[in-house]
Amino acid sequence: MANDPSEKDPASKPPASGAEGKPVAQKPAEPPQSPVAAANPPATPDSTAAKPAAPAAPAAPKAAAPPAKEAPPKPLPLDNELVQRLKGRFGDAIREATLDRKQAIVTIAVDQLREISRYCRDDEKFDMLVDLTAVDWPKREKRFDVILILYSFAKNERVRLKAHAGENEPVPSVCEIWPAANWLERECYDMFGMVFEGHPKLTRILMPDEWQGYPLRKDYDILKQDTDWVRENLGIESGQ
Amino acid sequence: MSDPRTTELTNVSTTVLGADEIILNMGPQHPSTHGVLRVKLKLDGERVVDSECIIGYLHRGVEKIAEHRSYQQFAPYVDRMDYVAAVSNGLGYCEAVEKLLGTEAPLRARVVRTILTELQRIASHLLWLGTHALDIGALTPVFYCFREREEILKIFEKYCGARLTTHAFRIGGLQYETYDGFEQDVKRFCDDFTHRIDEYETLLTENRIWVGRTKGVGILSAADAIALGVTGPVLRASGVKWDLRKAMPYAAYDLYKFEIPTRETGDTYDRYVVRMEEMRQSRLICLQAIENIPTGPIMARIGKVLKPPPGEVYHSIEAPKGELGYYIVSDGTTQPYRVRVRPPSFINLQAFDKMARGSLVADVVAIIGTIDIVLGEVDR
Amino acid sequence: MGHLFTPSILRLVLPVLYAVVIVAVLPLMAGYIVLMERKVMADMQARLGPMRVGPHGLLQPIADAVKLLLKEDIIPEKADRLLFWLAPLVSVTMALLAYAALPIGPAFQIADLNIGLLFILAVSSLGIYGIVLGGWASNSHYSLLGALRSAAQLVSYETAAGLGLISALLLAGSLSMKDIVMAQYDQGMWFIFYVPIGFFIYMVGSIAETNRAPFDLPEAESELVAGYMTEYSGFRWSLYFLAEYANMIIVAGIATTLFLGGWLRPFASYHDHMPGTSIEFLDALPALLVLGVALYCFFLAPKQPVKIQKLVMGLVGGLCLAIAGILAGSLFASPGVLQGVHGAFWFMAKVFGYLYCFLWFRFTFPRYRFDQLMRLGWRFLIPLALVNLITMAVALLMSREWGWSLRLTSILAVVVTLAVAMWLAKNDEVDSVVPVAESE
Repeated sequence: MANDPSEKDPASKPPASGAEGKPVAQKPAEPPQSPVAAANPPATPDSTAAKPAAPAAPAAPKAAAPPAKEAPPKPLPLDNELVQRLKGRFGDAIREATLDRKQAIVTIAVDQLREISRYCRDDEKFDMLVDLTAVDWPKREKRFDVILILYSFAKNERVRLKAHAGENEPVPSVCEIWPAANWLERECYDMFGMVFEGHPKLTRILMPDEWQGYPLRKDYDILKQDTDWVRENLGIESGQ
Repeated sequence: MSDPRTTELTNVSTTVLGADEIILNMGPQHPSTHGVLRVKLKLDGERVVDSECIIGYLHRGVEKIAEHRSYQQFAPYVDRMDYVAAVSNGLGYCEAVEKLLGTEAPLRARVVRTILTELQRIASHLLWLGTHALDIGALTPVFYCFREREEILKIFEKYCGARLTTHAFRIGGLQYETYDGFEQDVKRFCDDFTHRIDEYETLLTENRIWVGRTKGVGILSAADAIALGVTGPVLRASGVKWDLRKAMPYAAYDLYKFEIPTRETGDTYDRYVVRMEEMRQSRLICLQAIENIPTGPIMARIGKVLKPPPGEVYHSIEAPKGELGYYIVSDGTTQPYRVRVRPPSFINLQAFDKMARGSLVADVVAIIGTIDIVLGEVDR
Repeated sequence: MGHLFTPSILRLVLPVLYAVVIVAVLPLMAGYIVLMERKVMADMQARLGPMRVGPHGLLQPIADAVKLLLKEDIIPEKADRLLFWLAPLVSVTMALLAYAALPIGPAFQIADLNIGLLFILAVSSLGIYGIVLGGWASNSHYSLLGALRSAAQLVSYETAAGLGLISALLLAGSLSMKDIVMAQYDQGMWFIFYVPIGFFIYMVGSIAETNRAPFDLPEAESELVAGYMTEYSGFRWSLYFLAEYANMIIVAGIATTLFLGGWLRPFASYHDHMPGTSIEFLDALPALLVLGVALYCFFLAPKQPVKIQKLVMGLVGGLCLAIAGILAGSLFASPGVLQGVHGAFWFMAKVFGYLYCFLWFRFTFPRYRFDQLMRLGWRFLIPLALVNLITMAVALLMSREWGWSLRLTSILAVVVTLAVAMWLAKNDEVDSVVPVAESE
């Protein structure tokens, strides 16, 4: 017995549990964002509770006036102790450090990945590799972003290491530092075609062994593959 | 090399390699692999010397699909990953997108989300318990567990219309208000539930045969668990007292008091005890939450068309299987640029080799069951 | 006509008649025991079980039998055809052969051998050949291993069960099944009260002997190693199945005869006539019980959803009424007939009670792993059985030589054996966990 899917207006009423008859408020779309998110017009009348990147404006005092100006979340440069230690130790290999939505991202040089990882695990106590993945930016010269998300139990803190790798550039494997990376790197290889140097057995993991192509690349067109296959093997046009 | 995905007509096929070693294949179709999982075991007599898990039979390309859907359109897809605990998947995704947008769901929505997620945790653990006991040979607990799970699924059906793949939450909050009688239903379930768990415990916990089949089987040390990235009850049973609901609270978990059960050895019996205790703790959370569901809006004001500012976010929750994380990259358009799901079952399954080495063939089934994997999540 | 039934002719004809009855009725009974198992399983699992085929599923076994008979007969290509054909036959024949010496009532026994018990045990042991041959003939590596495991399990637990039996045999003093029951009549008490631990050992041993849970690893579905029955389908499989359930009834029969008083009714030596008649109250009990069942059937009949089910339920009620009639009628017939009919009833009742315990254990306990199973048999049951035997023998000696009451000495024996059992159990716990091989 689902109830009316009417959108509630957070700003106006005191608690009313069941008497909501407020019509769905048509909210204007958020202002179009350019890839460079700097200096955006902050005030959008339909944003609500505290934004992480801006000073937290509590949700309560929004009685009748349009909400206070809140900047939409955007990456900010980061320079905390961890970054300083890393820069001190590795110098140029630490390309950039940002804080996006309150999460620390450190962009590093890919050839130093293993050393930096080892340092993070041993000295900075990031003993768990939470995730290892990749993102494909085909228009960039070095199209792949290798992302390692690390977690430290002692400090209860996460950090994200990001490295740019080119299409045929081998990425050092971190399997011997965190055994968790074994399957994660195989999945990156399977989905993106990134070769990890030093991986004990880099084979496809999710796709069948003889699959051609790397599915998560942006130029891998599912529909095109499907229509081509159907045309070749069934001799008809796929209706998709 | 033959097609590695050839299904076997019988459960077993053997190739005798050396004088002593046999490769035993638990094919993708097998009553006890909980889905389409293929395990290749290298045996020396009765002992497992080496093992390899071959996955990918249920790969549906969820991450690729995400790049071609809008944020709201993708939300039902995440239910299909860990289909046993769909509500948790939805919670993780909605919260991740909310973080990306820079908003937060209102308090009432967060509390109701917490209640539903904890009920889902109980349901997931019940299914795990039933099937795990069934693998080890106890034929009765599965029916009792499903009877309780039925009650929870009825609550979900009354709330959002679906039992299994619920799509219960929306980005920004909830779509549906709780139905009349929601608190009573949950309270009635929680009141009954203690002596139900006691029933299961009577059948299993002190039973000599159960203890004999599970103690000392599939031991995973804490150091190994952390190195392998294992999370969830498996990590807690190995001795690491860590739960995302306490370490990095999300939804409304910081409002409630509950314990994190931990054990020391990291064998199958410990994982069993941890999950039983987790069910009790989830019930406590539900009881605390329904005492006092705050009134207020259930949806944040975020608009129909979602275009998060460019950037990326990683948000994870404590799903019943472990740490379920979503890494979402936005390029400012209405469709995500990349959605990466950090699947707890996938990473926990890596630990299978470590656990199974040196154990007996008859224990392999118990070890697979105790990791609690769902192939939908392993393969996505 | 009387001169036709001379004793010598009767001595030839009656056993043949009994044999025919057993061979004809046993498959039906095995089928109904399967139905009983499914209903009991469902009851313990909070559900209903077969309900559709016949009222409350009462015609289910018939449907299953028809299905199995009509199934395609598949023989693996490289299987040894002769052995493949022979193996289930061996199992079934041995299982049925053991019924020759089983006394279902004082009058219902095909052959009253003076080595009756030994005969039954020996013949059931031969049934193991059927299993091993079946595993071999399947031409599958893992079927063979499963069959060998099954055989190893059977042999180990037979030893323990046999030792448990002997402790009761000491009290009986004879291997003839009839004499054993009469000994219990003479003692005035069933042997289970003298040797409860022997009964327990025999019960555990018999569960393992019939490959029932918690000892059913060789035939479990979710295990890796396929059992010996895998390659069998259709009628051949039903033969194995029949052999298994026939074996179950045999071991229940042995337990009943040795420990539970055979065909004796409870308090057999206690004769208390109902006022005004020569009918003993306890003798009227069977008829009343079955009458109660008949009335329940008639009560349920109108509630069935479908007309044909109402009819069948009515028929079942009628059948029960007829049985109650026979039981009551025999009260007024000669003591021989009374003994015979009621004896059969009590025997069957006890057998079903024992089988109910089998079913109960199957659905309560998880399964033992094979090495744990063997360890339990050899390191716990057999030593315990030996100790039990010794203490019982000492108790018997004390009662005979020194004139102490057997009840007293047997209680002492039980206490000593229990102490040893607890010590054995404790000892076993320590190294019951298989140490994981150190591989790195």
